[in-house]
Amino acid sequence: MTGFMELVRRDIRLAMRQGSGMYWTLMFFLLTITLFPLGVGPEQAILGRIATGVVWVAALLAAMLSLDRLFQADYEDGSLELLALAPVPMEIIVLAKCTAHWITTGLPLAIAAPFMGMMLNMDPAGFLILTGTMLLGTPILSLIGGIGAALTVGVRRGGVLLSLLVLPLYVPTLIFGVIAVDEGVNGLGAQPHIMLLTAMLLGAIALAPWASAAALRLNME
Amino acid sequence: MKLPQPANKWVTDTARTCLGAPVNFTANDLTCVRGGRLVFQALGFQVAAGSVLVLRGPNGCGKSSLLRLIAGFQAPAAGNFLWDDNSINNDPDGHRARITYAGHLDAVKTAFSVTEGLMFWARIGGMGDPKAVAEALDLWGLGPVANLPSAYLSAGQRKRLNLARLSLSTAQMWLLDEPTVSLDDGAIGTLMTVIGEHQAGGGSAIIATHTDLALNATNTLNLEPFTAFQTDVPAS
Repeated sequence: MTGFMELVRRDIRLAMRQGSGMYWTLMFFLLTITLFPLGVGPEQAILGRIATGVVWVAALLAAMLSLDRLFQADYEDGSLELLALAPVPMEIIVLAKCTAHWITTGLPLAIAAPFMGMMLNMDPAGFLILTGTMLLGTPILSLIGGIGAALTVGVRRGGVLLSLLVLPLYVPTLIFGVIAVDEGVNGLGAQPHIMLLTAMLLGAIALAPWASAAALRLNME
Repeated sequence: MKLPQPANKWVTDTARTCLGAPVNFTANDLTCVRGGRLVFQALGFQVAAGSVLVLRGPNGCGKSSLLRLIAGFQAPAAGNFLWDDNSINNDPDGHRARITYAGHLDAVKTAFSVTEGLMFWARIGGMGDPKAVAEALDLWGLGPVANLPSAYLSAGQRKRLNLARLSLSTAQMWLLDEPTVSLDDGAIGTLMTVIGEHQAGGGSAIIATHTDLALNATNTLNLEPFTAFQTDVPAS
């Protein structure tokens, strides 16, 4: 457990110092969403209708952006080998790195999401559900993305390959995240979709670190 | 893959001297394959408590590969490792706890200060005593730059920072891959002292190097006769 906390703290500190992770992801999120009213036109009804989907898709892409460095920086400077020999199981190391990735990217996105919704004339009744589903959904993105990042750790400029691997796996999270908000706004109840998202998150916590750890071990040979 | 029969058993036998001390690490009939290419085969050796095994041989003969096999990053294509007569595969966690590895890459985070960098590795290894970390930095001549971001370190200073982990290590066996590269004479002296103290405490080390090390109780293992590309097979 101390190893887990130590690694989370280190990765958050590195992300803060290098700046890149946290602020660029958030700026990318903001800019992508700003493009939609410019492209679709200022029609308020249309923007309000697509707001949830736009915010979610922008969040998927923003979370992707920083994934390729999740393990690569440690792989390239030799830290990953030393971490593999540390008295902490590889699965816990992966979980710690995904947790730090979520805190520096997913969490700011979830907090910023209702403001983006506001900008797109989203129904205010959906703000709370949007933040809630984002809080449940963005850790899934970090965990599943971790598998892709682990598989492409040895590939130089593996960013595009990583997107191809990971984006299809993000589809269920996107679907249930968007439906939860829509049904909540329409008064049909967001609860079943939120429960499904929670189940997916728990499943990802339980399974994704094993897949990522196996991929990392393979890449270290 | 069908491997040729080992033709050089005699070298294996001469490498199995153990200097009278109890042997705790044994490698038997190792074969290493990397990228589909046979690197070495029929390699065996023993490492006794308090002794150092120096790996020698030309570039590409598999010194680094052997250290990576021992560290467990890759499984040998054939052969096995024993610690106190138990296969290390039976207790991988225990094996990891017994070794400290310092490879070609220095694992230095440029955004961290020198102290922060060493402190992290100490803490994740379970001993985050700030005083011990400061002492280790002083010992390795990094005291004056302790608060400097690691980005400004020279190659030799990075190597020192990586090797400073050894001073905090409680592992029984150190695996060092060309530890003297880019170090100055003073730092090499420090390294010899640190390894000497480690040996005096019953620890052992396996060191791949091209320079002569001023160490006691060393065995030398030349990997060249075990490599696949050697042509001169000695008559038995």
